[in-house]
Amino acid sequence: MRDFTYARAASVEDARRLAQQSGAMLLAGGTTLLDLAKCGVARPDHVVDITHLKGLDAIEVTREGAHLGALAKMSHVADDKAIRAEFPAVSEALWQAASAQLRNMATIGGNLMQRTRCAYFRDPNSFAACNKRQPGSGCAARGGITRNHAVLGTSSSCIATNPGDLAVALVAFDAIVHLGDRKVPVDDFFLLPGATPDREQAIEPGEVITAVSIPASAAARRSTYLKVRDRQSYEFAAASAAVGLDLEADGRTIRDIRVALGGVATKPWRAHAVEKALKGKTLEPETVMRASLLAMEGAIAQGDNHYKIDLAPRVIARAILKVGGLA
Amino acid sequence: MTPVAAKMKRGDSTDGGAASALGSRLSRIDGPAKIKGQARYGLEHHPANMAYAVIVQSTIPSGHIRAIDSKPAEAAPGVLLVITPDNVMPLKPITTWTGAPSSDKPYLALTREINFTGQHVAAVIAETFEQASEAAGLLRIDYEEKESIPSYDDPKSGAGNPLDAMAVAWGDAGRAFAEAPVRIEQTYRTPREYNVPIEPHGLVAEWQGDMLTVWEPSQWVNFMIHNYAEWYGLPDEKVRLISPYVGGGFGSKAFALGHGAIATMAAKMLNRPVKLAVTRPQTFTAFGGRPATRQTLSLGATKEGNLLSIVQKGANETSVDGVWVEPLASVTALMYATPNLSARQNIVPVNTVTPCALRAPGENPSAWGIECAIDELSYEVGIDPVAIRLLNYAEEDPHAKKPWSTRRLREAYEEGAKAFGWAKRNPKPRSMRDGHHLIGWGVAAGTYPVRRTAGEALVRIFADGRAEVASSGIDMGQGTYTILAQTAAEAIGMPVEQIEVKLGDSALPGAPVAGGSQLANLMTGAVHKAATAARDELIGLAINDPKSPFRELQANTLSIADGVISPPRGGESMSIAELLRRLGRDKIEVQRDTLPENANSAADKLATYNTITRMRSPTDGDYSLHAWCVHFIEVRVDEDFGTVRVSRVVSALDSGRLYNPKLAESQWKGGIIMGIGQALLEEGLVDPRQGRVINNNLGDYLIATNADIPDIEVISVGVPDFHASALGGKAVGELGIVGVAPAIANAVYHATGKRIRELPITLEKLLGD
Repeated sequence: MRDFTYARAASVEDARRLAQQSGAMLLAGGTTLLDLAKCGVARPDHVVDITHLKGLDAIEVTREGAHLGALAKMSHVADDKAIRAEFPAVSEALWQAASAQLRNMATIGGNLMQRTRCAYFRDPNSFAACNKRQPGSGCAARGGITRNHAVLGTSSSCIATNPGDLAVALVAFDAIVHLGDRKVPVDDFFLLPGATPDREQAIEPGEVITAVSIPASAAARRSTYLKVRDRQSYEFAAASAAVGLDLEADGRTIRDIRVALGGVATKPWRAHAVEKALKGKTLEPETVMRASLLAMEGAIAQGDNHYKIDLAPRVIARAILKVGGLA
Repeated sequence: MTPVAAKMKRGDSTDGGAASALGSRLSRIDGPAKIKGQARYGLEHHPANMAYAVIVQSTIPSGHIRAIDSKPAEAAPGVLLVITPDNVMPLKPITTWTGAPSSDKPYLALTREINFTGQHVAAVIAETFEQASEAAGLLRIDYEEKESIPSYDDPKSGAGNPLDAMAVAWGDAGRAFAEAPVRIEQTYRTPREYNVPIEPHGLVAEWQGDMLTVWEPSQWVNFMIHNYAEWYGLPDEKVRLISPYVGGGFGSKAFALGHGAIATMAAKMLNRPVKLAVTRPQTFTAFGGRPATRQTLSLGATKEGNLLSIVQKGANETSVDGVWVEPLASVTALMYATPNLSARQNIVPVNTVTPCALRAPGENPSAWGIECAIDELSYEVGIDPVAIRLLNYAEEDPHAKKPWSTRRLREAYEEGAKAFGWAKRNPKPRSMRDGHHLIGWGVAAGTYPVRRTAGEALVRIFADGRAEVASSGIDMGQGTYTILAQTAAEAIGMPVEQIEVKLGDSALPGAPVAGGSQLANLMTGAVHKAATAARDELIGLAINDPKSPFRELQANTLSIADGVISPPRGGESMSIAELLRRLGRDKIEVQRDTLPENANSAADKLATYNTITRMRSPTDGDYSLHAWCVHFIEVRVDEDFGTVRVSRVVSALDSGRLYNPKLAESQWKGGIIMGIGQALLEEGLVDPRQGRVINNNLGDYLIATNADIPDIEVISVGVPDFHASALGGKAVGELGIVGVAPAIANAVYHATGKRIRELPITLEKLLGD
């Protein structure tokens, strides 16, 4: 029998204190923790249940931006009227994530903590080598089936794809992760694997995600999330793009543009090169398609996943043209 | 109404006439219990003092176990027993479903020899499932790995073993192909596909003395008790298997499997009930799914599109220690008239679990090949894909050279094409688009044989006005409970609500496998016979018993309707219940079987119910018996992303008479939905080094979701076929899937101009220019 302690945190302070214990994990929606515990990947010594904490499930949208409590359910945020109006890409990313059952359980904070879907990571009984699970043990994915693995941000130690949808939209719009008083830009919150793929988020033991805030912007207001996959529902992205667009008064010159990618990289991937190439340019298909190719600079295929290098720029271009009213 | 429809008598409620219980669109009578959670499945049985078994599977594809250290597991809390190859109970060899002995050696459910990744190597039994699961991870297994053959694409696998006995040939196909004015030659492939029923496999086993009771989902109760009985050297009566509900099987729940041996022996060794639920990942190797197949088809034709020759060279994967044949010529040699044909097939042993039956084994991949190839030929000669199929229409069975009993395939093309609007189709690929979507229309035909085995049923009519039908045959969602109630209601003349049907228990009269799409036909036949005999007995009593008010009447003048017996010309009528009460009878009980009268001994019955040796082939007799279908499918392919969505399906199907059109339509649609998944999503991904199916869960092994399925229109073009079955039905359950994948691939070609000859049609196959 695998024993662990279970404690229901009475307050955020209490949760922080309990989470400092060695081998502690927080339980929110449980959709990742229970899943990984069943696979034998997560083996917590202490489970700290934060689901009953009050005041962490708020969804507030003001002129400054959105404030999403860490315990807000994915489905509630997805369906929130103000989020849909001010941050359509966020709502769309949530709607296209997971399944209805999972969205009803999973929380915004937990969503940022979800782990990769790499089959080699998820199967410790069959594959001993996984640097993400066991630093220094190697990478069983290399040389294996890599159709869903990353082409961007990989390292010699890890090629696992970050599976997030919401996180892609958050990265595009410069969201901030609130760890109590410590605030981390979401792009910094997610870490490249480098030599330490076991460390995926910039969160320290004893820290608790309390909220995610997204600054309001014209680009966020005019945004979309486009997710491409073989199955229409309940599948991780082959490639996805969160895109926001702000046009000058002429309706065709790009004042601001945000582009982030999912399904192709080891972390939610902001495509700064695409943004830079398009800022100040006229919105028209050929320019957009040429610029979108820049997102794949430095991409490395692992065999089965070469198609992602072809696919991702097309997804970006379509999303930009769609939000610009040209597709 | 078209001329075709005007002539048609379907034998169902659409014919009008009497309020016939059989043929009406009754909803599933087991539905409410399932929706309310009141239907108890095998694994929900919970006897007192039950222990839990958890299986451990090998992590190497080939080799042997040097040693297993089970001490840490045995010392773990709650652990009662660890079974390994060192202490596994040798069981007696069983007789296979073909009636042949499996081996002359004892059956070992766990061995040190490893032939595939995911082979069962040990089991841990503990007081709780959690304790057993945790201890299962504590086994120390020392493997010595040998070189393995991961798939038949590995050069080490070679060409495999030819199946000469299955070769089909007429004319001189090689020469006719070589000399044909038009030739196409292509290879079509399907990957490993898995049954993944939502109810996982597993059982609860309990011994009481030498009597074994097993609660386990089953498609074939009588064969499975025979398996268990033979393993333990018992007569079949000493084993009872209870399977009232089955959450899907698709061919995978017909045999007692390794986990069944492990659970029953654990229950025996511990002398307490044991539950073993195979985990979802373990199901991918606890039994086999459909093997990978490949077939090279060479079609020779005239410039006008008349087939001159079909040459097929096929292969399917099998295991290194077992044989599974996926008959790839079953549709190839049946669908079209051709003067020359040659079909040969190899099986290629690789390090995998032995594959097994998955919905329409054989017909499914066979239709995938020929129905894509004929489409390619239609483009080669410039003829409409429906027209080329009608041009080469087989007026009789081209292989058996016998007339079809019924083949309403022409009507299927006609009705399906009309409902779909096929006449408006521009044959040119890439000729239809809607924004970024390239739209394509494809067609393909399918077929499934009518298999015939005898059955048996018990019918009781009680004095309280109810009746009961009993059989060991099962309902896995296809509607057996419902149609047997309808059959009995019609034969006796009772309201269907008054009929209770008991199924899936080996204590009830025997039945052959719920597979090969035969159960509905054979069980309606048996129930009709038994219920008619019960009615006759009732009428016999009515006219003979001194206490009966109908004493003076003739047998053939009484009528029974709605549970009421009426004399002719408006005399006093009386309910069945009232009559039985007046006669002082608590019930009438009749058991009948449909075995031949000269071969219905106890031994004949056993052979009928626990082997397939008494199953009649579709060409045994004067006719060739098959069900037929045509699928018309529209796809939308994103021109930039390569994603394929099915946007419209119209299928016309000839399954003969439908005993319950609502349930038959649901079965057809289920098959079509599974076919959409097969065409676009399903593929077992096997690690090339380690042999593991890495997408061994329902998050990663993709089957179609609701969002992937458009409205599906199904049209019945069948008529009662009394050569095929007692009450006129043909195959339903396995028919619907056959031909769906090629119809989609053909539609994808029409949309994009790209031929995808390897399933599934995933986006990367369409991405390139």
